[in-house]
Amino acid sequence: MKRKDFLQLSSMGIGALMIPDFLSGNPVDPSQFLNEGVERSVKKSLADLALNTAKSKGASYADVRIGRYLQQNISTRENRVQNIANTESYGIGIRVIVNGTWGFAATSEVTEVSVIKCAQSAAAIARANAKLQREPVRLAYQQGFGEKTWKTPIEINSFEIPVKDKIDLLMKVNSDAMKAGAGFIGSSLSFVNEQKYFASTDGSYIDQDIHRLWPTFTVTVVDKQTGKFKTRDALSAPMGMGYEYLAGKPSEKIKGPNDLIFYRNSYDMVEDAVQAAKQAKEKHTAKSVQPGKYDLVLDPNHLGLTIHESIGHPLELDRVLGYEANYAGTSFATLDKWKSGKFNFGSNIVNIVADRTQPHFLNTVAYDDEGVPGKEWELIRNGTLVNYQATRDQVHMLGQKQSHGCCHADSWNSAQFQRMPNVSLRAGKEKLNVHDMIKNVENGIYILGRGSYSIDQQRYNFQFGGQVFYEIKNGKITGMLDDVAYQSNTQQFWNSCAQICDKDDYRSFGSFYDGKGQPSQVSAVSHGSSTSRFNNVNVINTNSSKNI
Amino acid sequence: MAMLNEQEAKKIIDKVLSYAKADETSINLNAERTGNIRYARNTVSTSGEADNLSLAITSIFGKRSGTATINEFDEISLEKTVTRSEEIARLAPENPEYMSLLGPQQYSKSNTYSENTSKINPLYRANAAFASIQPCINKKLIAAGYLEDNTGFNAIGNSKGLFGYNKVTNGNFSITVRTADERGSGYARQNFTDASRLNTKAVTEIAMNKAIASRDAKELAPGKYTVILEPEAGGELLQLLINTLDARNADEGRSFFGRKGGGNKIGEKLFKENVHIYSDPFNIDNPGSPFASDGRRQEKISWIENGILKNLYYSRYWANSKGVNSLPSPSGFIMSGTNQSQSDLIKETEKGILVTRFWYIRAVDPQTLVFTGLTRDGTFYIENGKIKHAVKNFRFNESPANMLTNLEAVGKPVRISGNMIPPMKIKDFNFTSLSDAV
Repeated sequence: MKRKDFLQLSSMGIGALMIPDFLSGNPVDPSQFLNEGVERSVKKSLADLALNTAKSKGASYADVRIGRYLQQNISTRENRVQNIANTESYGIGIRVIVNGTWGFAATSEVTEVSVIKCAQSAAAIARANAKLQREPVRLAYQQGFGEKTWKTPIEINSFEIPVKDKIDLLMKVNSDAMKAGAGFIGSSLSFVNEQKYFASTDGSYIDQDIHRLWPTFTVTVVDKQTGKFKTRDALSAPMGMGYEYLAGKPSEKIKGPNDLIFYRNSYDMVEDAVQAAKQAKEKHTAKSVQPGKYDLVLDPNHLGLTIHESIGHPLELDRVLGYEANYAGTSFATLDKWKSGKFNFGSNIVNIVADRTQPHFLNTVAYDDEGVPGKEWELIRNGTLVNYQATRDQVHMLGQKQSHGCCHADSWNSAQFQRMPNVSLRAGKEKLNVHDMIKNVENGIYILGRGSYSIDQQRYNFQFGGQVFYEIKNGKITGMLDDVAYQSNTQQFWNSCAQICDKDDYRSFGSFYDGKGQPSQVSAVSHGSSTSRFNNVNVINTNSSKNI
Repeated sequence: MAMLNEQEAKKIIDKVLSYAKADETSINLNAERTGNIRYARNTVSTSGEADNLSLAITSIFGKRSGTATINEFDEISLEKTVTRSEEIARLAPENPEYMSLLGPQQYSKSNTYSENTSKINPLYRANAAFASIQPCINKKLIAAGYLEDNTGFNAIGNSKGLFGYNKVTNGNFSITVRTADERGSGYARQNFTDASRLNTKAVTEIAMNKAIASRDAKELAPGKYTVILEPEAGGELLQLLINTLDARNADEGRSFFGRKGGGNKIGEKLFKENVHIYSDPFNIDNPGSPFASDGRRQEKISWIENGILKNLYYSRYWANSKGVNSLPSPSGFIMSGTNQSQSDLIKETEKGILVTRFWYIRAVDPQTLVFTGLTRDGTFYIENGKIKHAVKNFRFNESPANMLTNLEAVGKPVRISGNMIPPMKIKDFNFTSLSDAV
C-alpha cells in the first residue's frame, strides 16, 4: 500500500482516543473497495437457502437482500484534512409474510447456518405479530425476472481515484476560497457504492451496483468589527454519477444573471468556492429585506427542496394512510381529494412526475427493493393531483394493480418500506431562460441554493430560506438582499406558479439524507426542475432584531 | 450479543495492546443490542432486533493515525487487525492538531444500566404495544407508536494505561393518538433507563386525552404570546442552544457565544437570573457515561448559572492552544427547576398558550440562534389559569437565547431525550403564522 492509496479511517483534529464513525459501517482499507465481494453464484445459493427456509416456516412470500455498502467521506477545513472515513457494511436482510403479517430479521454473519437462523427468526417474528394484525398484507402481483444485473452508468469509479487526488482537490478549493476572501471553509467529498443483491419467491435474482457522490462546502466570512458572520454553501448537487461529475466541463455550465454560474451534470467545485467567498463577503453589506409580498424567481438548486417538502412528502401513500403519524406525520393530500379527480394542487402549468429512471438522479435504479422495475409516472397533471407513490402492499388501496416501485431500505439490516422516488417539475414547454424571466418581474427576489427549511406534519405551511438572494426591480437585478425567507401554504404556493423556464435550464437538486421511519432510515433522492416564477409570495425578514 | 463484563473487556483490550508496536495505541470496544416494535392504524407494522459488537484499534505514529476494526476475538485475528491498523497509520497524512493520548483516569461509577431493560424480549414489546393500542380501539381512536430499547457497553483503553468500562441501557416510547375524524391529535413520550418505569398504557392515556381535547381547535391570530412549553417542547429548543456551546466556534467568531471583537462570552450575563443549566452524569434520574469518547472524565459542570455563561466545551487541542481546562461536551444536560407542576404554571397564567411539542425545527439565523418550526399534537389556549380550548397550530420564529431571556417560571424537570427539562413559562414567544395541520 502506498501513501496515495492510504485509506482507512484517519481522525484528524478530533484529539486523542478517536472514535470512528460506525454509523454506516466498519472502517476498511480502501483497497477493499475494489474487491468484487462475494461471488454472485454464492449469493444466489444463500438467497435460495433463505427463501426455502422461509417457505418451510410458512411464508407465503419472502425476499432477501444481500448488501455490501461502501462509503468514503473526506472532510477538510482551511489547510488541513479533518477526517477520512472509509467504511464497509455487509450483511443479509430477510423479509417474509406469514399469516398475512410481515416479519424481518437481519444478520452480518452471512453463512449458511446463520442465514437459516435469520430466516427462521423473520418467520417467528411475523407469526408473533400476526396476533396483533388487523389488516392482513395484500401484495400486488409482480412477475419474476430471473437473473438480472444493472449498474449506475458511471464513467469513472470514484473509489478508484486515490485519496491523495481527492485531498488535493479539496485543498485547492479551500485555498482559492481563502484567497477570494473566505475566513473559514469546511469542504468535503462523499462517495457511496451500494452493491445490492435481491432475490424473492417471485423468481427474481437481481444484482445492482449503485454509485453516488456529493461534493460540498461551507464558506464563512467573519466581520470582527460588527461581530457578524455570514456563510454560503456549495451550489453543487449530489448525483448518481462517478468521479466524472467533478470535471467541471464548460459545456455543462449555464451563465446566469449577475455573472452567476450554474452547473448541470458537471461541477466546478473550485470555481463555485470562489463565487461563494465573494458572495459571503457581499452579504455583510447586503440590504436587509423589507417584509412583504414579492414575485419569487427560484433557481432549481433552491426549488428542488421546496418540491421535496411540499410535493414529494405529502404524496407518499404511507403518510396519507397514517403509517407515519407518530414520526414524519400524515398528509393534507388525502384520498378523497385524489378520488375527486379535481384537486387543484397547482396552476395548470404545474406538471409533476415521479420516476426511478432519470439519468444521473440519486433515486434511479433498475429495480426497487421488492423486485419492481423502475418506471416513470405522473403525480400532478396540469395542476391536478392524479397519483401517489406506493409499494406492492399499498397499491390495492388505490385500486391499482401494479406497484410504483417505491420500496427501499437504507441498509441490509433495515426493513424496506415506501420511500420517495425522484420527484420533478417538468420544464416549461415554451422557450424561456432565466434572463428573460427576470425581465418581466417588477418587484421580486431571485433565490439560489438550499437554506433553512421547515414544513408542518401535514405539509400545509412551510418556510424556506436560501443561500443567495437578489432584489429584482422593474426587470433588473439591483443588488443582494439578506435575511430572506418565504412563508406560504402548499396549495396556494403551487397555484401561484406563473412561469417555468424551458428544458435547457433543467437541473437537479438532491440529498443523501431524506429521513423517515422508526427506526429512522435515510434515502437519497433527486428533484429536477427549471427556474420558476411564483407570484405574490409572502416574504419575511429573518433577522431577530427586526420584527419577523 | 456478547455482553462482556469489565474483566472480560479489559482482557481483550490488554491482549490487543500486547501486540501493538505503534508509538501510541487506543482501543474502543462496543456492543449493543437494539430491539423495537412499531405500530400504526392500531396494528403492528414492523418489529425487529439487531446486535452489534465491534472492536476498533487506533494506532498512532507521531501525528499520523489509522484505525481498523474487527468482530472476531481469537488471537490471530486480533494481531492481524493491530498490524493493519499500524499499516494504515504509517500512510496517513499528519494531523497538526493531534494530541497525545490521555494517561490513566479515575472514573466514578454511573447508574446507566438496568437489568430490567436488558431483559426486554419480543413478547414484552408486543404486550407493551397491546397495552397502548387496546385503549385506543376501545375509544375509537387511532394509535401510532414506537418502542425501542438498547442494551450495551462501551470499553476504552490505551497504551498509556487508560481504561474505562460502562454498561448502558436506554429506552424510548412515543405515541401519537389521532381521532377517527382526523380533527384531533395528541402526543406523549417516555424516556427511561430502567424498563420497570415504563408504562405504555399511562403514557398512551395522556396522548388520548390530548387527541380528544384538541378537536375543534380555534384560530388565534399569530403574534407574541406567553407560552407554557411542556418539557418535550422546551427541551428541543434548549438542546439547540446547548449544541452551540463549542468554544472554538465561539472564539472564531462564528457562534452566538462569540464576542464582538474576538473571544467568547464566558462570564457574561446573557439570560435571566433564574436560568441554571448544568450536566451531571451521576444524576440518579438521568445518568450518563462517566467518560467522554476520547477518555476525558465527565463530571458535574455548570454551563449557565444565574443567567451567566460559565463554561464552554473544548476539544483537547483547542483547550491546549488557549491554555484553559478542557471540558468535553456533556452527554446530557439538566435545567434546574422547582417543585411546581405544569398544572401550577397553568394556574398562574392569565393568558397564554400551552405547547405539547414542536416539529421540524430548523436554523434560520445562526448569529442570533433564531429557529423556525411548528407546534404539533396538542396546542391549547389558557385563560385565567385554565385550559380553555384547543388552538390551531402555529409556526414560530424564535431563538432559545431570547426564550431564556424571557423565562418567567419553571416547574419540576422530567427526563426527555437524555436531558432533564422543566416545563417553562416564557413571555413574548414569537408565533409568525398559522398552520392548518392537525
